[in-house]
Amino acid sequence: MRILKLVFKNSLRHKLRTSLTILGLSIAVMAFGVLRTVVEMWYAGVDASAINRLITRQAVSFIFPLPYSYREQITKIPGAENITYANWFGGTYIDKNKFFARMAVDPETFFDVYPEFLLDSKEFETFKKERNSCVVGAEIAKQYGFKIGDIVPLEGDIYPGKWEFVVRGIYKPREQSTDATQMLFHWSAVDERMKIEMPTRAGEVGWYIVKIKDTQQAGIISEQIDALFKNSPNATKTETERAFTQSFISGLNSLLTAINFVSFVIIGIIMLVLGYTMIMSARERIREYAVLKTLGFSAGHLVGLILGESLLIAALGACAGILLTYPVVATIAALVPKGFIPFFYITPTTLILATTAALCVGLAASIFPIQRALATKIVDGLRHIG
Amino acid sequence: MPNTIIKVQSVSKSYWRDSIEVPVLNDISLDVQNGEFIGLMGPSGSGKTTLLNLIAGIDRPSKGNIIVDGTDIAGLNESTLAKWRSQHIGFVFQFYNLIPVLTAFENVELPLLLTALSKAERKKHVELVLNVVGLGDRMYHYPKQLSGGQEQRVAIARAIVTDPTLLVADEPTGDLDKHSAEEILLLLDRLNKEFKKTIVMVTHDPRAAERAHIVRHLDKGELT
Repeated sequence: MRILKLVFKNSLRHKLRTSLTILGLSIAVMAFGVLRTVVEMWYAGVDASAINRLITRQAVSFIFPLPYSYREQITKIPGAENITYANWFGGTYIDKNKFFARMAVDPETFFDVYPEFLLDSKEFETFKKERNSCVVGAEIAKQYGFKIGDIVPLEGDIYPGKWEFVVRGIYKPREQSTDATQMLFHWSAVDERMKIEMPTRAGEVGWYIVKIKDTQQAGIISEQIDALFKNSPNATKTETERAFTQSFISGLNSLLTAINFVSFVIIGIIMLVLGYTMIMSARERIREYAVLKTLGFSAGHLVGLILGESLLIAALGACAGILLTYPVVATIAALVPKGFIPFFYITPTTLILATTAALCVGLAASIFPIQRALATKIVDGLRHIG
Repeated sequence: MPNTIIKVQSVSKSYWRDSIEVPVLNDISLDVQNGEFIGLMGPSGSGKTTLLNLIAGIDRPSKGNIIVDGTDIAGLNESTLAKWRSQHIGFVFQFYNLIPVLTAFENVELPLLLTALSKAERKKHVELVLNVVGLGDRMYHYPKQLSGGQEQRVAIARAIVTDPTLLVADEPTGDLDKHSAEEILLLLDRLNKEFKKTIVMVTHDPRAAERAHIVRHLDKGELT
């Protein structure tokens, strides 16, 4: 028999209490994991943003368009390797709950600037040729059952009317953090219809995306682009894609801070739960600790016994909590429309944080019982009635 | 082998209750010879358990020296004293104090975990002492599955498994019926006579005291 066996047997002494503590810990670890996943997924968009892409948008607001004619001028800026553009189309597919990003893009250049969107070469060629075609991300293809040749009907809002696009390609994400929830179709198809139905809105581009050769030159190139249109009615603001994404979610900073705060409050609560269990256990065993000391067991042995038990319970709670987090996150990912949070998965950082937090809680919860066990004299401990 | 195994020299012990000093032992001196079975008797509060605790090294005197097997234990620090206890003292408590989640075998094995013995050697030692106390067939029973007398025999087996210099027993029959008490006293007697164990026993029970070679009486912290 080893000390570890005694640790294990001690932790099972009050099976109901230990089970309830582990259950409480696992729920708390799961809640912590889910909240951290929400926060991380918001920031994952920022992390996944390329630093070699610049976004040029209208200086006043992202919602105002830019003239198509800017494209030619931006292309001439030294260091701009490639340029493409996109329009936020909006619209509704069946109903408002079936939300995903729908964008009018330039098929010729879009995939050069976004190499992380992997599209089969045959599908790409067909997409380029057919003006009424579209390409959808693998995630939404899976979610809505889109197949090659399917017609996707959209009810326009920003671009009013009924629209139909034929699925000619399904792109796959190169990385786990690549957004595979977009629907892309020809900007020219939208623009041509605008020329007929709403001529004042023809020739408008939502934003330009400029791929640059040297990331060190991002600041200079941004300034050069903005300088081109400084005194025009449509002045621009150019920044890296990462800065652009960051500013896009900055409005949610307070919410994310609150979620962060709550996730750490949960850690505090689980510390109290485990701390209470450990204090109760140690209090009941004061006499046993005195007996062990009488037999010659050292302070180190007692620390090992109490800390070991606390860490064992914390570790079991963490394991159960992490195992519980996966189905919960998967359920949330299935329920939340892909367009709101393009990717929703548990990152290794979240797992490490949850495990570390639980083990720190195990460590912290054992401090007071250890202190008490060590401070109690043998003769007082032997008199103790637990 | 020195003949005097325990030398208690002018030992006093006081406890503090809030700011009031409560004297328990007053200038006690006592010698115990190797292989002796000594009984300490006295009324409640006379200081007999305190004296036993001091001899066993689980409490410290306020004044004086306690030399056990040549070591002045009052001068040892906590960790050295803990190690010393594991090698020299076997303690038998009134209420057995077995660990409830461990079997009789595991309880007896506990002190051996502090030694360098291998698992097989530990098993051999544990089986031997459990057979000595007559519980060879109850090794894998938990304390709650044993009677009071059997629990106390397991506690005695735990006390002797390391072959300590000294066996100290604090009211070993105090929680037992007459029959079980008699069995325990016989066992202690056998350990003293057959295995030459030096035993210091605190008791209230005159029949228990009869087993001892020498009986010393304590009253109000003084040996009479």
